[in-house]
Amino acid sequence: MLFFAPIEFINQLLLKFFSGDTINHFIWPFIQIGLVVTLVAGWVAYATYLERKISAFMQARLGPMRVGPWGLLQPIADGIKLLTKEDFIPEKADRWIFFFAPYIAVAAAFITFSVIPFGPDWAVITDVNIGLLFVLAVSSVGVLALILAGWSSNSKYSLLGALRSSAQMISYEVAMGLSLVGALMFARTLSLSGVVHAQQLDSVWFFVYQPLGFLIFLVSGIAENNRAPFDLPEAESELVAGFHTEYSGFRWSLFFMAEYAAMVIVSAVAVTVYLGGWYFPFVYRYTEANGYHNLYVIVSLLVFIFKLLAILYLYFWLRWTLPRFRYDQLMDIGWKWLIPSALINIVISALAIFIVQALNGWRGIKTIESLSSGLDLTPIGKALMIVMGLAGLGLTGLSLARINWRSRDFNLKNQRRNIRLVNVPSGKPAVAPIVPAASEG
Amino acid sequence: MLLQATTTATANIGSPITAYWPVMIFFVVAIAFPVLPIILGRFLRPAVYGKGKMRPYECGIDPITDAHSRFTVRYYIVAMLFLIFDVETIFLLPWAIIFMGDDFSFTKFALIEMFVFIGILVVGYYYAWRKGALEWA
Repeated sequence: MLFFAPIEFINQLLLKFFSGDTINHFIWPFIQIGLVVTLVAGWVAYATYLERKISAFMQARLGPMRVGPWGLLQPIADGIKLLTKEDFIPEKADRWIFFFAPYIAVAAAFITFSVIPFGPDWAVITDVNIGLLFVLAVSSVGVLALILAGWSSNSKYSLLGALRSSAQMISYEVAMGLSLVGALMFARTLSLSGVVHAQQLDSVWFFVYQPLGFLIFLVSGIAENNRAPFDLPEAESELVAGFHTEYSGFRWSLFFMAEYAAMVIVSAVAVTVYLGGWYFPFVYRYTEANGYHNLYVIVSLLVFIFKLLAILYLYFWLRWTLPRFRYDQLMDIGWKWLIPSALINIVISALAIFIVQALNGWRGIKTIESLSSGLDLTPIGKALMIVMGLAGLGLTGLSLARINWRSRDFNLKNQRRNIRLVNVPSGKPAVAPIVPAASEG
Repeated sequence: MLLQATTTATANIGSPITAYWPVMIFFVVAIAFPVLPIILGRFLRPAVYGKGKMRPYECGIDPITDAHSRFTVRYYIVAMLFLIFDVETIFLLPWAIIFMGDDFSFTKFALIEMFVFIGILVVGYYYAWRKGALEWA
């Protein structure tokens, strides 16, 4: 293709100076990394713009309109403002930790991009064979940055915000890791490219087999990013700005950079593991099978970006739709709903796989096409898996609702009964008598 | 065709240490990326000392105690529970990868193994719940 002639030319030119190994392992990755970092920086800048625009449209306003056409240059103006703002350290703050915490946040969020498969062939920076584990491990380093920032600021708001956010993030990290186990049983590899290939070979996106796992992953992913409705650490009405209260200028914006980059990471993992990554039906048949390799890569890349943007829009949508949780409700959702349902999800997925494998060859039923080269189920096997996945979703919801029925925080009926105790028209005092401790159970 | 593409791609999954070199490059870039604007910004931003603005923000009231005071013990409990469950997740990941396979007798064995493992875990989880370790308020 003519479009790729310059890239081929550069490759030939590089081959004159370096060996093929150096080019494949250092120079091309370096170019890819430069592109990814630029794109993510652009996304971070324009995410603030999108956030304001989307919130404005949801509230029937216009949003930023003054700087540039439709306010499109607003992020650049904000960036210049942040660069020229004073960057000071509060007295008695732990100076060096205060300096380095934002760097840790940004680095932890950015390194994870190196293993995300954006597309099939040359669109992936590196394919580490423990990719998913790498993502989980590195993204959890972000908690460290928050707690260090909050502790070193020597401010009570910062410390409380940091404690809250770290407790929240570690709680939801467990649910996140456990929900991935279900999908890994189908993928049978930790390499993220391998996960996509498994979905491509079976021509099924894993959220069809794992509806419960997908749901748990999405909820815990949003909570992991400290986004609304789980934005307790930055609850401005009670904690000012949480762990970054004392930060100013560009150092402050680094935390936002890390947050928006982490949003992309969680969405990318959700897309890769549950929504098929860059795989889309019919793309392979019309491009790669006809010999258009680069077209195949580009279309797959666009598919991936489109899915990613769909999930990212969900973040903005939820932020302006749902009210913030109370802190005890937040911990309840994490520990009493998501973790048990993730455990049940593992058990049910294992049973489903066991049943499908046991049925294969029983009375002439064929459920599995082949397992040795990758996951490949017959239509009967797929239907069985989907039915058992949906049954698991329903069963888990019902059983957890039963278990948590007496929980004070979700039993709204009980809360309403307490309010009805106040009987204003009959002349009694409008304050409830101090007895409902018994009814709270 | 499809099969061929998959097998060639899975061939380099068990890749050697060279797969981590781009990660190292990315690490350097990810450190340099936030550090550079801050160093550059040094020439742009003012630095004026002021006693008032160095105080920690407490809604305009002078802070009277140190911020590093004691906080509720529940955070420690959450941290300990997290350790247990996170280690357990690490143990489940390799199990999940080899669970489904051509060897059905191994799948049977792995299923029972998993039931035993999660069973022990659920006992501990139930204990923590009944003891009130999961209650916040």
